[in-house]
Amino acid sequence: METRKIEVPVMADMFARGEKPEYLFWVGCAGAFDDRYKKVVRAFTKILTYLNVSYAVLGKEETCTGDPARRAGNEMLYQMQALTVIETFKMYEVRKIITICPHCYNIFKNEYPDLGGNYEVINYLVFLKQYIDDGKLKIDAGALDNVRITYHDPCYLGRANDIYSEPRQILNALTGNMVEMERHKSFALCCGAGGAQMFKEAEKGEKEIFIERTEDALKTDPAIIATACPFCMTMLTDGLKYKNKEEEIKNFDIAELIARSLNL
Amino acid sequence: MVKQIVFAFALLVTFAVFFYTIYRIYRFFTFTRPGFKVDQPGKRFGVMMSMAFGQKKIFRRPVIGFLHAIVFWGFCVILLGSIEMVIDGLAGTERVLKILGPVYNFITATGDIFALLIAIAIVVFLSRRIFFHIKRFEGIEMKKISHIDANIALTMILLLMLSLLGMNTAYTGYKALAGEVVDGMYPVSKVIYGLVGGGNEAGMHIMYESCWWTHILLIFIFANILPYSKHFHVFLSVPNTFLSRLEPLGKLPNMDSITREVKLMMNPETAFAAAPEDTPVERFGVKDCEDVVWKNYFDSLTCTECGRCTSVCPANITGKRLSPRKVMMDLRARMKEKGPLMIKNGRDYSDGKSLLRDYITEEELWACTTCNACARECPVNINHPTLIVAMRRYLVMEEASAPGELKAVFNNIENNGAPWQYSAEDRLLWANDLEINVI
Repeated sequence: METRKIEVPVMADMFARGEKPEYLFWVGCAGAFDDRYKKVVRAFTKILTYLNVSYAVLGKEETCTGDPARRAGNEMLYQMQALTVIETFKMYEVRKIITICPHCYNIFKNEYPDLGGNYEVINYLVFLKQYIDDGKLKIDAGALDNVRITYHDPCYLGRANDIYSEPRQILNALTGNMVEMERHKSFALCCGAGGAQMFKEAEKGEKEIFIERTEDALKTDPAIIATACPFCMTMLTDGLKYKNKEEEIKNFDIAELIARSLNL
Repeated sequence: MVKQIVFAFALLVTFAVFFYTIYRIYRFFTFTRPGFKVDQPGKRFGVMMSMAFGQKKIFRRPVIGFLHAIVFWGFCVILLGSIEMVIDGLAGTERVLKILGPVYNFITATGDIFALLIAIAIVVFLSRRIFFHIKRFEGIEMKKISHIDANIALTMILLLMLSLLGMNTAYTGYKALAGEVVDGMYPVSKVIYGLVGGGNEAGMHIMYESCWWTHILLIFIFANILPYSKHFHVFLSVPNTFLSRLEPLGKLPNMDSITREVKLMMNPETAFAAAPEDTPVERFGVKDCEDVVWKNYFDSLTCTECGRCTSVCPANITGKRLSPRKVMMDLRARMKEKGPLMIKNGRDYSDGKSLLRDYITEEELWACTTCNACARECPVNINHPTLIVAMRRYLVMEEASAPGELKAVFNNIENNGAPWQYSAEDRLLWANDLEINVI
């Protein structure tokens, strides 16, 4: 098959050429630095390219939104980060932001407005669902061979922002064999990584949260556990390793599944 | 006439004690900090209707939730009857609301049925607590006193319902024996009287009077015990839903005092204009009960220790020390301890203890994933994570205290703009050699 190289558009370069993209694609720290999650960003970028979306990334000018600092109680550091990011957005006249990380989504959408940063913030699943509805993104249900998929709701998409239906509608378009865990939607159990837990050892207890959640997923006997958050992905992938299931059961982001079904 | 005077006196004592209690609690509220503004009354009314009167979140557990809904809806109907009893007691009338005609029949009939249903529900609740040892009612915060508190309140409600049914039964009986018209309808009590049967008119009348007095005096006593128990819930739940935080659960409240400081650092000119010199120096975050915003304290008073929050908390489920219910109970207990001291000695008074550490440990606070399962679950819209994060704010910004790994995260974000120790220069490496299949 023939391939074409993707040159990811960078905001500074576009501005230097006097161009302005419609969307800023916010990659996030996990997208930039986590080897597993880089693949998700690559998959989503392929979809953006396939859909001819006018977008750009900040590249080296991107920095942490301040979310882990804020949730760990470091409001000072959060606000310094946030005000810096808002300045950068102002410089590039950013109006619309696409995020893949639900933590970045939540902080832009709900918390930056308090500091004067008002944008149209779009989660990538909501964005892609719109393209599907408009008929511009046609998903071939046969491509994934009706594989059994269960979906883990990220807290910051679900409970925090009430995004439950889009991921499910997309997954139902991808396979006829989507199966819910017992605890799902607003009842979903956290993967254990939120609130800056991702970066520290858990407190003493009887069990790790990610194992408890992985067990929820395993009970549905899935071939794929679909996630929509970099931290959930790390946790559930670790859970599968812990349970010695990483050969039989794979953990994919919904963007990767779409890219695969489109054969991008 | 004697009856009226005695009743008026009892009512007066009830109100006097009640308002003294409420006034004290109001004083405690004055020590707390201002939080969000209570705006958008229309939207709040909608939340209150669905959460309180619609029992929306209670039904997240359909079976036991249904029993609670019966108790709640029943209370609403029976409350009308209690108001009638107060009027009757003061005016010396009997069943004064009968002027409502068919509506009165409806109110009395539903009240009578609900009295039985509530009694059954309460028996189920009591047996769950006494015999079945439901996990949700256990935990480090559930001391013996918590169980006693719950059982006393449930028993009182049971007695209220039994006295109400007794009153209606005796009323139906004495009216029937006297050959008088019964005002209102009492389907359940009628059946009970049919089963018990007999009796003489005078005896039935005495029984009616004694049940009437028992019922109303129990209400008076109950009303004054409630504010000192977890069942303050009965009074505060409905207002607490009206006072809900309307923002998405994912949103934390902004610290405007920090915004001023950060802007000062980033641009001195604008900041000096924004920060008047008389702004009092305020502690960052929450160390003790007076540092919370009023809504946190309202939440803590509303909490009835049902434990739905704790039962869905991922940290608690996996055996960590954190229990969102405990956080609320601790705040309430700490204010109960320190509030009177602050009334006596002023808000700045210190008794050498604090909510942080003496009640809530750092270990508990750092176990939270801010997943918001607790806040989503709480049937009366209590928000625990905002308080937990506010206490973390105190730890981090006032004491520079945090787990070592998090301090490293702070350093990384400060130095290289990411929680990990990677250079911003490498932020585009993911885009190298990216190709798309040409279809």
